[in-house]
Amino acid sequence: MSAAKKLNLTLKVWRQKNGNAKGNLETYPLNDISPDSSFLEMLDILNNELINKGESPVVFDHDCREGICGSCSLYINGEPHGPARLVTTCQLHMRSFKDGETIYIEPFRAKAFPVIKDLMVDRSAFDRIQHAGGYISVNTSGNTQDANAIPIEKENADEAFYSAACIGCGACVAACKNASASLFVAAKVSQYTLLPQGQVEAKDRVLNMVKQAEKEGFGPCSNTGACEVECPKGISIENIARMNREYLSATISK
Amino acid sequence: MSLDSKIPEGPLKDKWTNYKNNINLVNPANKRNIDVIVVGTGLAGGSAAATLAELGYNVKAFCYQDSPRRAHSIAAQGGINAAKNYQGDGDSTYRLFYDTIKGGDYRSREANVYRLAEVSTNIIDQCVAQGVPFARDYGGLLDNRSFGGVLVSRTFYAKGQTGQQLLLGAYSAMNRQIAKGKIQMYNRHEMVDVVIVDGKARGIIARNLVTGEIERHSAHAVVLGTGGYGNVFFLSTNAMGSNVTAAWKAHKKGAFFANPCYTQIHPTCIPVHGTQQSKLTLMSESLRNDGRIWVPKNLKDAEAVRNGSLKPTDIKEEDRDYYLERRYPSFGNLVPRDVASRAAKERCDAGYGVVANDTNEGVFLDFAAAIQRYGKEEALVKGISNPSKEEITSLGEKVIETKYGNLFDMYKQITNDNPYKTPMRIYPAVHYTMGGLWVDYNLMTNVEGMYAIGEANFSDHGANRLGASALMQGLADGYFVLPYTIGDYLANDIRTGKISTDLPEFEAAEKKAKDEINKLINNNGTKPVDYFHKKLGLIMWNKVGMARTTEGLNEAISEIAALREEFYKEVRVPGEADELNQELEKAGRVADFLELGELFARDALEREESCGGHFREEYKTEEGEALRRDDEFAYVSAWEYTGKPSEAILHKDKLEFENVELKTRSYK
Repeated sequence: MSAAKKLNLTLKVWRQKNGNAKGNLETYPLNDISPDSSFLEMLDILNNELINKGESPVVFDHDCREGICGSCSLYINGEPHGPARLVTTCQLHMRSFKDGETIYIEPFRAKAFPVIKDLMVDRSAFDRIQHAGGYISVNTSGNTQDANAIPIEKENADEAFYSAACIGCGACVAACKNASASLFVAAKVSQYTLLPQGQVEAKDRVLNMVKQAEKEGFGPCSNTGACEVECPKGISIENIARMNREYLSATISK
Repeated sequence: MSLDSKIPEGPLKDKWTNYKNNINLVNPANKRNIDVIVVGTGLAGGSAAATLAELGYNVKAFCYQDSPRRAHSIAAQGGINAAKNYQGDGDSTYRLFYDTIKGGDYRSREANVYRLAEVSTNIIDQCVAQGVPFARDYGGLLDNRSFGGVLVSRTFYAKGQTGQQLLLGAYSAMNRQIAKGKIQMYNRHEMVDVVIVDGKARGIIARNLVTGEIERHSAHAVVLGTGGYGNVFFLSTNAMGSNVTAAWKAHKKGAFFANPCYTQIHPTCIPVHGTQQSKLTLMSESLRNDGRIWVPKNLKDAEAVRNGSLKPTDIKEEDRDYYLERRYPSFGNLVPRDVASRAAKERCDAGYGVVANDTNEGVFLDFAAAIQRYGKEEALVKGISNPSKEEITSLGEKVIETKYGNLFDMYKQITNDNPYKTPMRIYPAVHYTMGGLWVDYNLMTNVEGMYAIGEANFSDHGANRLGASALMQGLADGYFVLPYTIGDYLANDIRTGKISTDLPEFEAAEKKAKDEINKLINNNGTKPVDYFHKKLGLIMWNKVGMARTTEGLNEAISEIAALREEFYKEVRVPGEADELNQELEKAGRVADFLELGELFARDALEREESCGGHFREEYKTEEGEALRRDDEFAYVSAWEYTGKPSEAILHKDKLEFENVELKTRSYK
């Protein structure tokens, strides 16, 4: 809420008319940006300037602007969600940038995330991985057992929560040199592995989800750890180790 | 036409059970021949889609986001209520029912609310079975916390991300059905009209947001779980895409819109920082379990805080006004949202605000006392004798971090202030809309076969919603109520056969949708959509916000009508209709907000009383509290569209209270 000095910036923004068109970086100067504005508010201002000039605004995904829906993406100065740690692009504020700075803004790049337009990509591959096993098979009858019938060790419940905190934004894929979805898949597999309710289908789940990820064109994991660093929710690569153990044991016993 | 709420006969506690025992059912083989459209995939729509598909219906689900998992239910922070009474603190179905009726300032329907309280416990069981990782204590059992307006701990939570975890639960249930082909999922699709055939909702017209194609989809029933309309204020805690379009199009096709003026202004949001701002961020109500709200007692201190010459931590205890604790000793900082918001406005209007924005709107939410209290407790537990002040503070901060860590991080990220060391600054912001499409006990609108669930309907929260009750209602409607009630209706449709999308009604609706889009695209205006949305938001906030007057409302009505006219003359929508066009999406939504806004103000003007989130300056007690007028206004205002918002016809759906005595709400 400070009345800090406004920023003048040069933006290099990826423009691409559609999935088949060739894209390129366009340069846009942008002045008088409040350091208290969020990164997406800065893009709103750019877009209103473009509209006023009769040009087409930059397309990007966004919705909740509270860092939880996972809609926003953007590869900013070579990092998914930009330079700040543990935040999504919508929670990145312009005070993280300097006056006079040039900012490169590109879409998340991966074969499995084709560009739809400009900075918007198609992440439906993530949904299809979830369709392959990201659930516990229980009907919503309301006649399940009482919620406190099975106590769950606090440590496991907390760990399951940390894994479940994944917002499905795809930063892990964009950060990975192999465009691997391992952190995403591992987070879901881990959540259910850590809970007694998830045990029944554990083997099929891990096998099917991993298979689907490969089918979608995501690469393998080579343990560089970039995903963990860039994940806005701090999902640990321990999840990948857990998934690999689960996968191995499922392969042996199935 | 007269409204029939279709409340079952019999004693309150038996109504739902008797109802379920007597409704028509559809046999499993016939369910395979019945199609249901569900629009919206938040807690209500997502849970309904999954459950209807499990039952055997063919479900088509639509969301404007790129995945159903991103619906705005995901942003709910604090928790979900359920009358489990795991804490043994006196909770019961009746008490949850009573708290909700009272919290809603006696403007909701007894039978609907009782049913909600009744099924609340099933929700928790269901979610645990789905693998929702709720917070647990060291014994492995579920933990609870307390929310505003109640005296028990009945709120289940998953850190500050309860909505996310519940939505991912519903999403997982959907995924299972999508995998089986029982749900056909349409992501990045927006409903632009509903199709009525022979008086019944039989389908929708949707725009594929990627290609711009206008599509026809038919079904035997249409369910709207499309959320609230808080974005009519431009700045709100809603997602950027949250909109009224589906509900508004339904309204224009005959569905009555109920109580549009009941809007929840949430007391604890991060204050507005400037004109470039696009949205507001909520700080969960759960923070009021431990945070104390205050402003300086002296005007000069408030001014010094605003100009930065005085730090809040340097203001002495006796110079602080903990105004909620002062005014409402029995509920203190945990008064309901409407009461807390008005109290903040009262102090800021009197000049005690602590944020240096245009209107000095902001108060402190302080955790220092809680940090000390928890720190001492931890020191005792850990057996540290004579702990230093630093040790206590550090231990206490750790406790606060486990409870609210992600909220504190978010606050720090947005404001650049460290809330562990200095009090948060907060102010009320638009958060939730209690009003919505009118529905009967079956959650059906007055248009046959068209249902509204979750925030999109008006039914359970009266004039003010209690914290952690939105998630409860969304899942109750979708998992446990609609799947029964819709069967009773669809039982008459087993011989109907597939609904053809070649019917003239589909053709007409498609043409109208295309015409509206082309009108926006071909408009030769000069101003972007946001220009109009911001203007509308300012009118709404200043004249239809936390305090409303006859004069202000009349002004708002004419200003909104004028703005609407200007919009159609001056708006510029770049690009084409048959491509991905986010400005076109916004333009369509803002066009609907510009109509809703006027009806909203009319509703507020017509309701000459103060109740819950609706506060008319003319109707208050000597102490400044809301003054209800039960003799004249104990009804639901259901508005019928007749061509213009200014000509909408008011229908009164009278509220009968057979089990609860209407009292002046007191939290003192």
